[in-house]
Amino acid sequence: MISNKLKAMSLAAVTSSAALFASSAQAVEIEYWQYFFDARVTAMEQLIENFEAANPDITVTMTHFPYADYRTKVAAAIPAGEGPDVVQLFYGWLNDYVAADLIQPLPADTFSTAMVDEEFFPMVQAMKDGDNYWALPTAVRSLALFYNERLLEEAGVEPPTTLDEMVAAARAMTKKDGAGNITQVGMTAGMTAQDHHWWREVLVRQMGGEPYLDNYKTVNYNTEAGQKALDFYVNMAEGDDPITAFGFMDEPQAAFKAGRAGMHIDGSFRIGSLNKTRGLKWGVTELPATSDGTRSNYSSYWVNAITTKAEGEKYDAAVKFMEYVTSDEAMQIWLDVVGELPAKPSVGMTEANANDDTFGPFIRGLAYANTTKFANESGQRQLMVEMVERITLEGMSAADSLAIAAEAEQKLLDDYYASN
Amino acid sequence: MKIYQNLTIRQKQIVWAWAFLALPVLFYTVIRFYPTANAILISFQNWNLLGDRTWAGLENYQKLFADPVFWHVFRNTFVYLLLGTPVSLVVSFIIAYHLDKTRFMHGFLRMLYFLPFMTSAVAMAWVWRWFYQPVPIGLFNNFLAAAGIPQVSFLNSTTNALPSVLAPAIWAGLGFQVIIFMAGLRAIPKSYYEAAKIDGVSWWTVLWEITLPLLKPTIVFIVVFSSIGFLRIFDHVFNMTTGNPGGPLNSTKPLVLMIYETAFSSFDMGYAAAQTVVLFAVLLFVSLVQLRIMRDK
Repeated sequence: MISNKLKAMSLAAVTSSAALFASSAQAVEIEYWQYFFDARVTAMEQLIENFEAANPDITVTMTHFPYADYRTKVAAAIPAGEGPDVVQLFYGWLNDYVAADLIQPLPADTFSTAMVDEEFFPMVQAMKDGDNYWALPTAVRSLALFYNERLLEEAGVEPPTTLDEMVAAARAMTKKDGAGNITQVGMTAGMTAQDHHWWREVLVRQMGGEPYLDNYKTVNYNTEAGQKALDFYVNMAEGDDPITAFGFMDEPQAAFKAGRAGMHIDGSFRIGSLNKTRGLKWGVTELPATSDGTRSNYSSYWVNAITTKAEGEKYDAAVKFMEYVTSDEAMQIWLDVVGELPAKPSVGMTEANANDDTFGPFIRGLAYANTTKFANESGQRQLMVEMVERITLEGMSAADSLAIAAEAEQKLLDDYYASN
Repeated sequence: MKIYQNLTIRQKQIVWAWAFLALPVLFYTVIRFYPTANAILISFQNWNLLGDRTWAGLENYQKLFADPVFWHVFRNTFVYLLLGTPVSLVVSFIIAYHLDKTRFMHGFLRMLYFLPFMTSAVAMAWVWRWFYQPVPIGLFNNFLAAAGIPQVSFLNSTTNALPSVLAPAIWAGLGFQVIIFMAGLRAIPKSYYEAAKIDGVSWWTVLWEITLPLLKPTIVFIVVFSSIGFLRIFDHVFNMTTGNPGGPLNSTKPLVLMIYETAFSSFDMGYAAAQTVVLFAVLLFVSLVQLRIMRDK
C-alpha cells in the first residue's frame, strides 16, 4: 500500500510537471480498488498497462486490500473523498452500495441498457435499474459437474448428461464397508457448499418451478416443484441405497480432491485448486439436464462500478476505464490469467473457449444461468442448510421443513427490503 | 514551574502519580471505554457499516427478545458454562491433587497436562474436528467401525454436537487450572496436615476439612476465570463448525458467534451491538454473583 501511494505520488508529480510543459495533454489520474487475490491483481495490472498505452492522458492507480478489510475500507474512504474512482464489488452487495450512495449509475449513452442486454450474458441484467446499469462484470462464474475419471472408468459408467444418468452413475460408484458405512460416495452433497445454489436455481427450476418472484423479493419455492426438488436432493442421502452422505469427509470438495467421491458440483473457481491436486484425474461436464432436456445454472460475479467520488474529468476517465475493462480484449485476458469466465457471449462462445475441455461446460452453462439477488447470502444459505437438517436430523417431513424455510427466508427478505 | 514549586510534598507526589498513570488511563480510555460506550450507542441505532447510522430506539432489543435463535443461543451459552465450569473444576482438581503427590516423572507429567493450553486453539479444533468425522476419515468412528459398533454422529447431531465441541475446550484449559490448583495446594501449610496425622484423621476428613476450605481463594479464582472463558467461547466452536457455523440447527452456537455473524456476515451492526450489550450484562452479573457467593464471611 505504501509503495502504491509512493508510486501514485511520484506519478502525480511526473504527470503534473509534464502538464506544465505540455498544456495540450491534460493528465488525469484515477484510482481503482479491488480485494487482494494474486491472479486478479496480475490480470488487472495487465489491463491497466494496456489501457494506459491506449490512453496516454489517463493514469490508473490500483490499490488492493485483504478481503476481510475490503468492505469497511471502501465504506470509510468514499464518503471522505479519499477512495477509488472505480471500485470492484460482489454483485450481491450492489443494493447496499447504492443505498449508501457509494456508487453512481453508468452513463446511459455509453452503456445503454439495450446494448448491454444484447452483448452480455443474460444474468448480468441483475445490475440493471430502469434506464441505467449500475455496474458491469469483467468475468463471471458458473457451476458444472466435476467427475473423477478413474472412479468412472472403474465403475464402467460415462459422464452423465441427465439427472437420471447422474443418479445411476453415482449409485455405481458408491462403496460401503461390511457394516454398511459409506466409504466412497458417488456424488458429494452439502448445502454448506455450492448445493444451495444448485437446489435454488437449478433443481427447483428443473422440476418446473420458479424459486423467487418479484425480482427476488418474494419466495416462491414452497410449491410442488420445490417439494419435488427437495425430495430429489434429500433422497440422494436417505433411504436404503444412498448415493451420498451429508458431511462425508467433512467438506464436499475435500472428498472429491481425496478421490473418495465420484462426482461433485462446484464453481469454476475450483479449477485452480483441482489442477494442483496431485494424482487426481478429473473432468468436467455441464450440470445434468432433466429427461426432457430442461437445463439451468447459477452464476455469480464481481462487478466494477464508478463511485460517487468521481466527478468531472475523473468521471470521464473512469467511464473510459470501465469501457476497457468490459471489452472483449479485457475478458480474454481475464480468462487466460485468472481462469474466470468471460461475461459476454462474443468472447465466451468463440469456437476455442466454448469447446475448451475445462472452461467449455461452464461457459455453455452461462447461456441458461440465473443469478439470485441475495439480501444476505450467508443468511439465506443457512436457511437451506437448516431445511435439510430438520429432515435428516429431526425427522421432519420435507413439506413442513420446506414451509419453514420459505417463511424464514421471506421474513429475511422483507426485513432487508424494509430497511433499504 | 512556579505553581509546581509552591506545591506541598504530598501534592507533588499526587502530580507524579497521575503523570505515570496518564498513559494507562489514556490507553484504557481510547482502547476500552470509548469503544464500549460506542457499542452501547450503536445498539440503539441501525447501521450496515456502509451508510449513515440512524436511530432505532429500542428496536434492536425488541427484535432480540423476540428472536427464537437468540434464546436458543442464550441457552447454549449457559450450557457451556454450567457443564464446562464444574467438569473442568473437578477434573483439574483431581489431576492436581494426585499430581501433587506424584514424584515419578513429575515435571514431565505436568508438562503433558500444560501442553494443550499452549497449543493454538485453531489447530486443536481442526484436529478434533477430524477425529469426530464419520468413516472413512474419523479416528473415533474408525475405531468403532473396526470393533463392529455402529457409528456415532458427533458433530452432525443436534444432541451430541455441543458436548463434542465442549470436550476439547475443557481439555485445552485444563493445564492452566491444574497449575493454579497445584500452586494453591503447595501454599497450604504442612503443619495442618501434620496435626491431622497425629490426631489420626481419615483421608476424607483431611480433604474435606483442611484442603478444600484452604483452597477456597484458588477455587474462586478458577471458577470466575473459567466461567468468563466459557461464556465467551468462540474459537473452538467457530473452527469445528465452519461451513455450518454454530453446528446443525444452531445446536452449538454460543452468543459470541452469533454476534460475530450478525456483525460481519449480515452487517447488521446495531443488532450485533445489542447482543454485545446483553453479553456484557450477563458476564458482569455472573461474575458479581460468583464473587459474592464465594466471598469469605
